[in-house]
Amino acid sequence: MWWTRLRALIVKEFLAVLRDPKGRAILIGPPILQLLIFSYAATLEVRNVDVMILNRDAGHWSEELIERIEASPTFRSVEFTADPARMRAAIDRQEVIAAVVIGADFSRAIEAGAPADLQLILDGRRSNAAQIVSGYLSQITAALAAETPAGKRAAARTVSTVARNWFNPNLTYQWFMVPNLIASIALLIGLIVTALSIARERELGTFDQLMVSPLRVHEILVGKLVPPMMIGLFHITVYILAAVFLFGLPLRGSLLLLYGSSLFYLASVVGIGLFISALSMTQQQAILGAFLFMVPAMLLSGFATPIENMPGWLQPVTLVNPLRYFLVVVKGVFLKDISLAEVIAQTVPLLLIAIATLSAAAWLFRRRLE
Amino acid sequence: MTNEAKGRELVRLSGVTKRFEHTLALDAVSGSLFGGEITGLVGPDGAGKTTLIRLMTGLMLPDDGALEVLGFDSAKNPAGIQASIGYMPQRFGLYEDLSVQENLDLYADLRGLPQGERPDVFEELLAFTDLKRFTGRLAGKLSGGMKQKLGLACALLKKPCLLLLDEPGVGVDPISRRELWKMVENLTEEGIGVLWSTAYLDEAEACDKVLLLNGGKLLFSGKPAEMTARVENRVFRVSGIRGRKRQVLARLLDEDGIIDGVIQGEAIRIVTGNDTRPALAQAGEGASAVPATPRFEDAFIDMLGGGPGGRSRLAEAQAPFTGKDKGDEKGEDERPVIEARGLTKRFGDFTAAENISFDIRRGEIFGLLGPNGAGKSTTFKMLCGLLKPTAGEGRVAGFDLRRDAASARNRLGYMAQKFSLYGDLSIAQNLDFFAGVYGLSGEKKRERMTLVSDIFDFGRHAGQSSKDLPLGLKQRLALACAVMHEPQALFLDEPTSGVDPITRREFWTHINALVEKGVTVLVTTHFMEEAEYCDRISLIYRGRSIALGSPDELKAEVASADMPDPTMEDAFIALVERSEGQAKDAA
Repeated sequence: MWWTRLRALIVKEFLAVLRDPKGRAILIGPPILQLLIFSYAATLEVRNVDVMILNRDAGHWSEELIERIEASPTFRSVEFTADPARMRAAIDRQEVIAAVVIGADFSRAIEAGAPADLQLILDGRRSNAAQIVSGYLSQITAALAAETPAGKRAAARTVSTVARNWFNPNLTYQWFMVPNLIASIALLIGLIVTALSIARERELGTFDQLMVSPLRVHEILVGKLVPPMMIGLFHITVYILAAVFLFGLPLRGSLLLLYGSSLFYLASVVGIGLFISALSMTQQQAILGAFLFMVPAMLLSGFATPIENMPGWLQPVTLVNPLRYFLVVVKGVFLKDISLAEVIAQTVPLLLIAIATLSAAAWLFRRRLE
Repeated sequence: MTNEAKGRELVRLSGVTKRFEHTLALDAVSGSLFGGEITGLVGPDGAGKTTLIRLMTGLMLPDDGALEVLGFDSAKNPAGIQASIGYMPQRFGLYEDLSVQENLDLYADLRGLPQGERPDVFEELLAFTDLKRFTGRLAGKLSGGMKQKLGLACALLKKPCLLLLDEPGVGVDPISRRELWKMVENLTEEGIGVLWSTAYLDEAEACDKVLLLNGGKLLFSGKPAEMTARVENRVFRVSGIRGRKRQVLARLLDEDGIIDGVIQGEAIRIVTGNDTRPALAQAGEGASAVPATPRFEDAFIDMLGGGPGGRSRLAEAQAPFTGKDKGDEKGEDERPVIEARGLTKRFGDFTAAENISFDIRRGEIFGLLGPNGAGKSTTFKMLCGLLKPTAGEGRVAGFDLRRDAASARNRLGYMAQKFSLYGDLSIAQNLDFFAGVYGLSGEKKRERMTLVSDIFDFGRHAGQSSKDLPLGLKQRLALACAVMHEPQALFLDEPTSGVDPITRREFWTHINALVEKGVTVLVTTHFMEEAEYCDRISLIYRGRSIALGSPDELKAEVASADMPDPTMEDAFIALVERSEGQAKDAA
């Protein structure tokens, strides 16, 4: 009996979302497009930057330095000037991100074995990129310094570091980006589909129709929960396929763990969606509510900025963010063989969030009858 | 304005045609509107009334034909028209967060009323609409009737030659509707031409002229008396019926000479196909037919070729409900199917419904009648479990709505106002969903789905999205979904407002026949016609039940020397006024 009712509701939910060709297109097209665009475009790497060089030195070492900078693939173009005012203007107008000022005694100091100074001017408005460019330039000058006579003499006494990046040896940014996108696009889809579902019924007046039917509140919740979760799983599957076959991600862990954990992740996302939906009277409010949750959820998930870097008082807030936990699982499964224990440790909070939000949604429903 | 304006032709329609995608909204409509007259633009929802009004304002242009309004061609000089007409759309654009006075000021600015004239104009309009006491109140806090009056005041700020009113009577209780009508009548004395559009056919009778639209076609244009003349001497009131009046009606409707019939309290009103007196063999002994004054609706039905027959295959297919309900022992015959015991609902300090009690027996149609916002919807919602009462209890089929809500819900069918169905789903998918939700599966489900599809003739439309269906079909679908699981009790919320009279009759034929099978019906309505179908009515006003009885009893209660044969509307108004008088005495 309850199964007949529930099946009818689930079939209806699917039809309501997918029967309209426009609704179908919106649900399938943009998310896949987003995956493609963001994976190729949203890179944190610094490439194709322009730098300027103000060289007051006529010696061999400054020539050597300039040649090495020009040879680096990171820099698109290297401009030269002799006028400090021109340099100031170029940075101001964002024509270049950095300027290297080579002093008149640069080569002489090196030859003499004395400390040689190099000035680096960076555009602090683009702090992230500037930092990375500064890193690149420092590497180049460090290599140069090692070849100077003084450097050669000192080589025996200095500590040299050899960096190796585990899990992503070439630091391919797509290996970082695609798992993040899998989790966050699933969040977007799950949240919007559920947030709209009840608000739409309220607007149409069909919600009363549901409430006078023999469906119990928990059946309505389950009926509203299953279709968005299945749509979410469909998207996750498409993204996993794209990650492996299109972007060549390694997929080192167990797919079973990934799917198992994603069920709980989607349940918690849909729970939040239902809670927002139960709270809002119109579809407009529901959409607004969904975005009100989504933007902070993205920023406070550890997606772009590590949670450990956030201020101490803010870090506990991220504990209620399902994206935070699922990101660890997705990256773990793709880039390293994440252990079962760690997956469980990340999934238990998802389960708790799902239970809390779904109970809150059920409570709100019942209260609306008052 | 002088008397010269009277009788002047203000609007001339010649072959006006308008198409929207696939539908023909107006099909070669021709006619005229004159100054100093109220012209009724009458027809069911979707007949093309609003489209015609918008064409007259010049906001829209016809695909074919031409409109001349106040001497201006609507295609060439819409601005000229708009400057000298008053137009009140269905939901007049009042700013709900502004006060009455601020709304008037705003519209005075928009219409460019000179500052110097404003005090006099405001004074006159506020006195005219009797809104003077409320100038500081927010428009959103006004009752439906007061909102319409304020809308009218805003439309009259610059005295127009022509006033176009799009369904001013919707959402307005009968008392305010009469006041509104009087105000409009006063305007016509100054020579203003008024167009009053309405879905209520009874309003047509009071108009000077009528344009009757149905499905985009102009069926009649002229004086209402000319329309009713076509059924003169063919309308009878059959009274003294012994036995079940609904069965009698069903049999009468299947007689050859009878083209239309409706229940009117204890009596039946019939229209015959020719001038002969009806054969009353079917009505049983003691029944007598007295000629009655024809109404506009009688003539409308006659024009459309008569109403539907009296047979309901829906009810024929249903097993009768006797006192003994399957499986539960509670169903003794004496036990009412729907019980309200001291139902009270408060929202904050506002009491929406106070101490409402009644019993509805098996096979009874019970009506909750009252103006919008009086508390009938609140009472209705408490009885079908959509609202929890603050105090008191409700029972359906013996089940307490608080404790056994799910059991009670399995036994009730619900049809919401405006047919809330899933618009993106097809007819078949809607039926499938409602069958499933009520626990039908397998053979039983297939059987019921085939049955209702046959009865309501869904076959051809089964795959169409229900939002694209014509209104009549939507209503049938809503009924089909509500009765799919053969409920004992049917809850109908304003089931036929705005529906054309033929569809309404068809609907009530099914309801009447279901009631004869033992289904119990609770219906809310603000529509007096519908109240006549009920066995008993509770009149709800300001949250309280101020009268309870059969339609005939309520009418008899207010009958007096001046009003020997009051209509349902007269009874309603008199009872409300009496209750107001008592409230004043008590205070």
